[in-house]
Amino acid sequence: MSDSLKKKLKLKVSAINNGTVIDHIPSENLFKVISILGLQNLKTQITFGANLESDKLGSKAIIKLSDVFFEDDEINKISLIARNAKLNIIRDYEVVEKRVVEVPDKVIGIVKCFNPKCITNNEDITTHFTVISKSPLDLKCKYCEKITHEDQIAIK
Amino acid sequence: MKKKDLISITDYSKEDYLRILELAAYFERNPNQRLLQGKVVASLFFEPSTRTRLSFETAINRLGGRIIGFSDAGSSSVSKGETLHDTIKMVSNYADLIVMRHPLEGSSRYASEVSDIPVINAGDGANQHPTQTLLDMYSILKTQGTLDNINICMVGDLKYGRTVHSLLMAMSEFKNPVFNFIAPDELAMPEEYKLFLKEKGIKYYEHTEINENINYADIVYMTRVQKERFMDPIEYEKVKNVYILKNNMLKNTKFNMRILHPLPRVNEIHTDVDNNEKAYYFEQARNGVYTREAIIAHILNLK
Repeated sequence: MSDSLKKKLKLKVSAINNGTVIDHIPSENLFKVISILGLQNLKTQITFGANLESDKLGSKAIIKLSDVFFEDDEINKISLIARNAKLNIIRDYEVVEKRVVEVPDKVIGIVKCFNPKCITNNEDITTHFTVISKSPLDLKCKYCEKITHEDQIAIK
Repeated sequence: MKKKDLISITDYSKEDYLRILELAAYFERNPNQRLLQGKVVASLFFEPSTRTRLSFETAINRLGGRIIGFSDAGSSSVSKGETLHDTIKMVSNYADLIVMRHPLEGSSRYASEVSDIPVINAGDGANQHPTQTLLDMYSILKTQGTLDNINICMVGDLKYGRTVHSLLMAMSEFKNPVFNFIAPDELAMPEEYKLFLKEKGIKYYEHTEINENINYADIVYMTRVQKERFMDPIEYEKVKNVYILKNNMLKNTKFNMRILHPLPRVNEIHTDVDNNEKAYYFEQARNGVYTREAIIAHILNLK
């Protein structure tokens, strides 16, 4: 069986008619992506897979969402934990557009401040960071003014 | 009109600094004014701080204002589990201005978002203490006649000391400052501030002991080296006496040099320095009252 035939057969299983495919998510962050995008509240069909082989990531996850299309602001929220994620926009079983996620200038309510003495870790407050460097990622907390570095990022 | 707050020293521009320092000089000449008559100021000290609280409350009294509040969290509704959000919401219904000190970092910024009335940060954990910085600047201006071309020696705990960080940022707005940092390796000036100075093209030098460096200084800014900052108590024992300023070390210092310290002092300035005319820390504390009168007047548009 040729590679392209294999690919087609594989796609056929989970292909969607209209919607969005989010590909190249690090497997370990699949459920965080689901949570950040609030996919648990959707009523439309969702299929996802994790621990799939990937040349780039070693292991990747993929999410296929029927009849769901994202605004940039919305999808860019996942850039913090799925830097290489790619979006395929599907219409009538065809990929009509490919998009990549971008780190936004402000990060609101997703990430925890690393500083245990920050007010946001002690009272119920939405966190708010300014992105001062995109690679490596450095986030400056609006409240305590401390910088959370990429390796310290934890999702709220 | 948008309400003014004072949360972080970098919220203010050079023009704001100069305006407040000009007002501070005015209040030094005329400390007792009835500008706050009929107004209520909430003084919310979620952790004790005798000096800052008394300085603020003196400033408010000299302006003829009334004070409500508490001097430690134990005597407030916080001890019953009330959130900062609710405390601030409630108080902002009662008063015209909030002055607050809180152990958590970012608490003042958050309070300023929750409150409908202006908030002055009187210290939020290890983060910011902007009124201290303004009174330090007023002390420098008063003793040197200018804020340009000042050589500042900062001594002691430069890692955790928020006053030195804020002063460094504020003085960087003026012409040609030169900084000398004197600290043990464990308490050296953090990289981010050195990077800030490099980006602005401002000169700084690092040393591990007080020596002839202070002979070139216009300002020697002393801070306390606290034992609890050291992971290894032996390291503390090694350095604790290296950062003590004594009178005989001042012989060759510049005639205009003045010694500042945010206080309280423990042993880092020997008492034999107190009678030297270069010792300025107690006058500095008095300047705090005028500077805080100026900040209140600026924020409430009283002057």
